[in-house]
Amino acid sequence: MTDLCGVQLAGPVLNGSGTFDAIAARRAFGDALLERFPFHAFVSKTITLAPREGNPPPRLWETPGGLINSIGLPNKGLEGFLAHDLPELAELPVPLIVSVMGFSREELARLVQRTGERDEVALIELNVSCPNVETGLVMGADPAETAHAVEHVRPLTDRPLIVKLTPNATDPAAVARAAEEAGADAVSLINTLKGMALDPRTRQPWLGGTTGGVSGPAVRAIALEQVRAVAAAVGIPVIGMGGIASGRHASDFLSAGAACVAVGTENFRDPAAGVRIAAELGKPAAV
Amino acid sequence: MLSTAERWGGGEDERPYLPRAFSYARAREGELSFLAETVGPGTRRLAELRPGDGLELLGPLGVGWRPPLAGTRPLLVGGGIGTAPLLCWQDELGPDTTVLLGFRSAAHAQAATLFGGEPAVATDDGSAGRQALVTDLLREELDGSATVFACGPPAMLEAVRAICADAGVPAQLALESGMACGFGACFGCVVPTKEGYVRLCVDGPVLAAEELESALFPGAGH
Repeated sequence: MTDLCGVQLAGPVLNGSGTFDAIAARRAFGDALLERFPFHAFVSKTITLAPREGNPPPRLWETPGGLINSIGLPNKGLEGFLAHDLPELAELPVPLIVSVMGFSREELARLVQRTGERDEVALIELNVSCPNVETGLVMGADPAETAHAVEHVRPLTDRPLIVKLTPNATDPAAVARAAEEAGADAVSLINTLKGMALDPRTRQPWLGGTTGGVSGPAVRAIALEQVRAVAAAVGIPVIGMGGIASGRHASDFLSAGAACVAVGTENFRDPAAGVRIAAELGKPAAV
Repeated sequence: MLSTAERWGGGEDERPYLPRAFSYARAREGELSFLAETVGPGTRRLAELRPGDGLELLGPLGVGWRPPLAGTRPLLVGGGIGTAPLLCWQDELGPDTTVLLGFRSAAHAQAATLFGGEPAVATDDGSAGRQALVTDLLREELDGSATVFACGPPAMLEAVRAICADAGVPAQLALESGMACGFGACFGCVVPTKEGYVRLCVDGPVLAAEELESALFPGAGH
């Protein structure tokens, strides 16, 4: 068992927000998904107050050992999520973490209050780090901004609050410390690194959103260093992620100080990646 | 979604990394067939496979062809490597189903021999069949009694969409867009429709032509 802020998990493997749609996956794979659910806790896609269509296509570009995405947080909005998605996510066999992003402190407050009053929600993750949306970058890149946001919503819920850190900050450990002092119960990192690609023919930005976030094995070494630095700076649990594709990688993040790990881009290559990584984690490391 | 079990990654520019989305061309007892054209590191690696090599496969995924509108005759229109999903559809509809195919040249037209009956073939250079566009063949063949099923490059699909819209004929289009996962996780393969963006992997890859303003959208066919 793994304890995450007082919530008991059967193991330490989570998914990164936005890298697994459990509702679509259940439609594609049936209830077999629930019988061998790939994660020990499930993190929802980021929910915003108003519905969002997301960024114009194209949204993806394959990089050496990874992927740039410019998705733009498409979601049904808070009320759509509570009415339609939350009842389906509540049927998952693991605790639910809802990821939320507000474009102002008032929006964030409403998101935290409304999701936190639902019994189906075990923890709340504050996405202050999505590089595709301007305000996300500003909030999570600055310790004081992050602290203000956390202080503002901390009294509104008794659910544990996880702050998702952006790697696109001068000093993620300083942002993590500020989040902890403001009342965060855990931090998770890394979100994607800002990147871009050019259309080989037109020489113009390929992605509809111009820039995107880089993920996958290409970012693993950067993520591991940031997890170590953050874990050394805070006393609250750290959820480590960034290019984890095997039990060995997950083990590296745990050794670097993470209490839990999350699988992200690898889910795209293999919807059962979480099952495999958890099984590999349980085995002694091959020499 | 397809990827090789060995040496997927480590190629030129350290790619491929993600699996590649394919329609199966034919599904028979214990056997799946695919058509692949080498256009990048993924298809190049797949083309290197030898008998006995491992292949990772996730599928079938998404929503395919719906039956033709009651009382209409199916008309299958394919361009280039986009002929693949029409092959398995003709297998289901029957060998007498009318098939119109377009290719760059005879060298790219081998897939035509896999179809039942006598598919009409057009090539850009006239080296096989008629020197014409497959949409020229469609204009000649089209009447009010048809349901059109089309797959091919974006410009061809857009021409098919426009021709069928003008003629008031229902059409289904098998579209392509870059995909990371194939099962709705990444939201990367969206296509703009009259109702907003839809994920091609779970709501497609076959969409009713009437749902689209255009089959030419940014990233189409990639």
